[in-house]
Amino acid sequence: MTTAAAYRQKAEGLAGGMPPLLAEAEHLAQAVMLGFHGRRRGGMGDEFWQYRPARSGDPRRLIDWRRSGRSDTHFVQEKEWQAAQSVFLWVDEAQSMDFTGDPARATKAERGKLLALAIAVLLIRGGERVALAALGTPPRASQLQLLRIAERFAGRPEAPDYGAPVLRNLAPQSRALFVSDFLGDPAPLEAQLAQAADRGVRGVLCQVLDPAEEAFPFDGRTIFESMGGTLRHETLKAGDLKGRYLDRLAQRKARLADLARAVGWQYHCHHTGQPAQSALLYLYGALERRR
Amino acid sequence: MFTIGSIGFTAPWLLLGLLALPILWLLLRAVPPAPIRRMFPGVALLLGLTDDETQTDKTPWWLLLLRALAVALIILGFAGPVLNPRAETAGSGPLLIVMDGTWADAPGWTRRLDRVEAALAEAGRSGRPVALVSLTDLPGGDLPFRAAGDWLPELAGLAPKPWLPDAEAVADWAAALPEDGFDTFWLSDGLARGSRADLLAALEGHGDVTVFQSPHPVLALRPAGFAKDKVALTAIRAAGGAVREATVSARGLDPSGIERELAREDLDFEAGATEATLELDLPPELRNRVSRFEITGLRSAGAVSLTDDALRRREVALIAGRDDREGLELLSPLHYLQKALAPSADLIEGDLLDILLANPDVLILADVATVSEGEEAPLLDWVDQGGLLLRFAGPRLAGSDISRAEEDPLMPVRLRAGGRNIGGAMSWGEPKKLRPFAETSPFFGLDVPDDVTVSSQVMAQPDPQLSQRVIAALADGTPLVTRKRVGQGQVVLFHVSANAEWSTLPLSGLFVQMLERLAVSTRPAEPSAEDLAGTVWAPDAVLDGFGVVRDAGNLAGVPGERIADGLPGPDMPPGLYTGEDRRIAVNVVGPDTVLAAAEWPASVPVVGLEVQAETRLGGWLLAAALALLCVDILASLWISGRLPRPGSRGVAAALAGLVLLAVPGPSPAQDSGDALALAATSEVVLAHVVTGDAEVDKVAEAGLRGLSQVLWARTSIEPADPIAVNLETDELAFFPFLYWPISEGQPIPSDAAYARLNRYLRHGGMILFDTRDADIAGFGAASANGRKLQRLAAPLDIPPLEPIPEDHVLTRTFYLLQDFPGRYAGRDIWVEAAPPDAEAIEGMPFRDLNDNVTPVVIGGNDWAAAWAVDARGKPMFPVGRGVGGQRQREIALRFGVNLVMHVLTGNYKSDQVHVPALLDRLGQ
Repeated sequence: MTTAAAYRQKAEGLAGGMPPLLAEAEHLAQAVMLGFHGRRRGGMGDEFWQYRPARSGDPRRLIDWRRSGRSDTHFVQEKEWQAAQSVFLWVDEAQSMDFTGDPARATKAERGKLLALAIAVLLIRGGERVALAALGTPPRASQLQLLRIAERFAGRPEAPDYGAPVLRNLAPQSRALFVSDFLGDPAPLEAQLAQAADRGVRGVLCQVLDPAEEAFPFDGRTIFESMGGTLRHETLKAGDLKGRYLDRLAQRKARLADLARAVGWQYHCHHTGQPAQSALLYLYGALERRR
Repeated sequence: MFTIGSIGFTAPWLLLGLLALPILWLLLRAVPPAPIRRMFPGVALLLGLTDDETQTDKTPWWLLLLRALAVALIILGFAGPVLNPRAETAGSGPLLIVMDGTWADAPGWTRRLDRVEAALAEAGRSGRPVALVSLTDLPGGDLPFRAAGDWLPELAGLAPKPWLPDAEAVADWAAALPEDGFDTFWLSDGLARGSRADLLAALEGHGDVTVFQSPHPVLALRPAGFAKDKVALTAIRAAGGAVREATVSARGLDPSGIERELAREDLDFEAGATEATLELDLPPELRNRVSRFEITGLRSAGAVSLTDDALRRREVALIAGRDDREGLELLSPLHYLQKALAPSADLIEGDLLDILLANPDVLILADVATVSEGEEAPLLDWVDQGGLLLRFAGPRLAGSDISRAEEDPLMPVRLRAGGRNIGGAMSWGEPKKLRPFAETSPFFGLDVPDDVTVSSQVMAQPDPQLSQRVIAALADGTPLVTRKRVGQGQVVLFHVSANAEWSTLPLSGLFVQMLERLAVSTRPAEPSAEDLAGTVWAPDAVLDGFGVVRDAGNLAGVPGERIADGLPGPDMPPGLYTGEDRRIAVNVVGPDTVLAAAEWPASVPVVGLEVQAETRLGGWLLAAALALLCVDILASLWISGRLPRPGSRGVAAALAGLVLLAVPGPSPAQDSGDALALAATSEVVLAHVVTGDAEVDKVAEAGLRGLSQVLWARTSIEPADPIAVNLETDELAFFPFLYWPISEGQPIPSDAAYARLNRYLRHGGMILFDTRDADIAGFGAASANGRKLQRLAAPLDIPPLEPIPEDHVLTRTFYLLQDFPGRYAGRDIWVEAAPPDAEAIEGMPFRDLNDNVTPVVIGGNDWAAAWAVDARGKPMFPVGRGVGGQRQREIALRFGVNLVMHVLTGNYKSDQVHVPALLDRLGQ
């Protein structure tokens, strides 16, 4: 059982090599929140941006007297414009995520949680506010939030066989990251995506699959069971099913990609056999992407 | 027994089990392989997919066949199938059981007895009277036909004899057989023999003859001989068959008197060969201890070969009085002795007391006048216990006054002062020739060559006993070789030198023969019949048929003629026979013995072979069934998909694991050793010994670094960074020079380290010992470090030392020096002493000293501290005061330069002795 602290440590390690993630702040007016998120232009904020000569109309209290004392003109100190974005994370906690084809490999759940937490670390380091859907709390940018997320990941709540995203208080114009294997019924996902798109939420669908699920290395008389045991399928020659299974898997992936494209989301498929860093790089790029 | 063709079954009713096979077939067919349950999230995508074919619902036919076959094999296997079953046939009438009873029977003796017992039992069942006869122990009178049961108690008393049947006795016995008809069962030992055919013909005249003979060829070992320096052993076998390996072991007493195996080696018969030889390289000490060779694991007198004096090589110790004269090989007193003795004896050289510990057979003192008091008593003891002390005269003996006034116990005669020269430039007369040897002399019979002349000799004082002691004389009657018996040993004096200075005797073949006669070198291996005639030899130990050496007890002595005959028999069992001054081994197998397998005519049934032909197949069938079941396991796994697909990594890994199971991994390379060797040999490197005291080691390292920098700057020697050497682990041979600072706390090196150090010193290495205490103590045991040095250096092989003389080459190898200060300018340093005969050459500042670099330099001036520099090249320690101190440091560095030059160039500077002569010649 991976403890909360261990999750946190691994995720910090994974995120260590990244510059702070700058999520694009769209529709600034609706979601103005002052934070450390410099916009590289003058505006409201805490950090010094530049001195400019005082113009008529500037309130006198804005004049920086210390700087002005060194010359004949008056100067006004401008601050950097800072804004922060809210990112909602949803990580599938269903039992199907606990699968791994090789005891030496991490389960899909472990990998998905790691990725989500690493992204959370990066976002919080960059001044963004992060919320985990399962916690139900509003987005926060504190280290405490990280701790809460990590603790939630370390716990093992009761879960169904296959999961579907449930995001109740999704803030408008925010961002979202869905991590799951998306092997269950796609209908709830479609509904949730449609709802999110209505609120102007953009995001990434990250599908985490085990290499065994891609390769289907089975043969002989086999009874396949889902992780929770609710689904069963018996075959006499598992090897013959391989081609048809792979077709179906490809269809599922295509459907997810289409869905994402339709609502303006990104779709990414990650395998637990690959290093987590590559997936994080992609998520980093996808969340930072500006339009 | 139930037979089908050539196969019989011992338990045929089990074959009924085969009827159950069809039922098994049906049962197995009905049960399909069990499915595997797999957890797989992707099952959501599988729902609704159907299988194309449903054939694997039932067990496939080939798997069924496999299983049915396995079960059939098991049933057949347990039914006890036998190929070529032997059908016993019973005869009638009296039965004669003939046993060869030789040593060749011994390995399978119990099996033979079992066979006899079985034959007796069979004869008992059919009421046949039986006679049991051993050809090596023929009974007198008529054939002892008795009821079979009567023979059973006597079986245990039968034993094979360690000799072969006497052909004549067998022929007589065969002629005296009764007229009545009887069948014969002959247990042959498998060796071809001349008497066999006649006996067979005689026996066939009375009835049927059946022969039992083991198919294994008889193996035997010939007596050991010499091949050059090695012991040559030859094993023989009766028939050339397949490749066979035999192990020969040499056994003898160890130093504590317990018999144990001294050596062991394998010997290979090639296919078809009847002989196999082995050359055993034994150290002389070990070889002289060997009392017998035997083929291990073979209980037979033929597999044991006792050794006698012929295998011993005598150990001869050589001591010369003039060891220190350089280079003149042909004048060495020992040269001719070594040449004469090396082929036939083992030579020992060394210190007299050490040599006596090795207890040599002969001790040769070449021109040694006196031995010290402490040595004389053990030497006399040794002679008293049978040692042969052989002395040669020479200038030293002639010049000493040993055995002048009264006879020295270690000299055979008294000597007159001086000696005499004949036929030289300053004397009258011709060099004397030798007088033919007298009959009483041990040299009697040797031809005296004309060219042997004597020009100088030491003279024996006329004495009443002199004439008895002379064993060789010159033509004018003066003694040349005299001998005196002391206790069991003897002292022999050659009145001439052992080299060719005084006589031409050492140049002649006579010299070697005389040494041989004196039993200095090996005596001939085989005594001839004439040698043995008239002697009686008492058995010391005898061999029984099984090859076990037993005490001879009070067996009667054997005349020499019988021993010369060589063939053991009832009157002369094989064993070790002791005569007057030597022991002779009589072995079952002689050096020329050839073994051949007995051939029987086709009319005689040879039972042993038929027994061999009867093979039980049950085991093979069961093994095959087991193999099939293993295949079945694999096949079942494969069918049910539990076996990884062929070609996947799992299978490859499993196969590789199976194949490589027995292959050991590569041993870790000696990286550190190689790195040290490379570092030490790619450039000149100075090295210091690790003392374990961190401060001392640091100073030594810094000192050598400072000296290396000075060498680099001033000379053509360009050393790399110094290396710290751990005596316990590191190889020393790479370093021309070792600096060894002495600290009180350093541990004494182990024996192995001392062995390495001694090897290092003997092969040209140099160690600079530095006690680092010249400020407080003089040389010797006055200081703690000095005492420590004495303890450290005690096990080292260090030659005599002297304070460095003014003309030592160390004073001029690079700089001209007379002082050798370090941080302290304390006292002398000590180097190897010059040999006593090295003389100063007139007008030259130094002598032509020993050709070697001195192996040690010992001092206490703490040179390393004077040489030491820190990382910036600044001196680490103050030396002296002011300008004088600087000068002292400079001289210390110059000493270091001279020392390293001396190490690397040897005595090259000593050759300046010849510079005036060379200049003189150039000037002409």
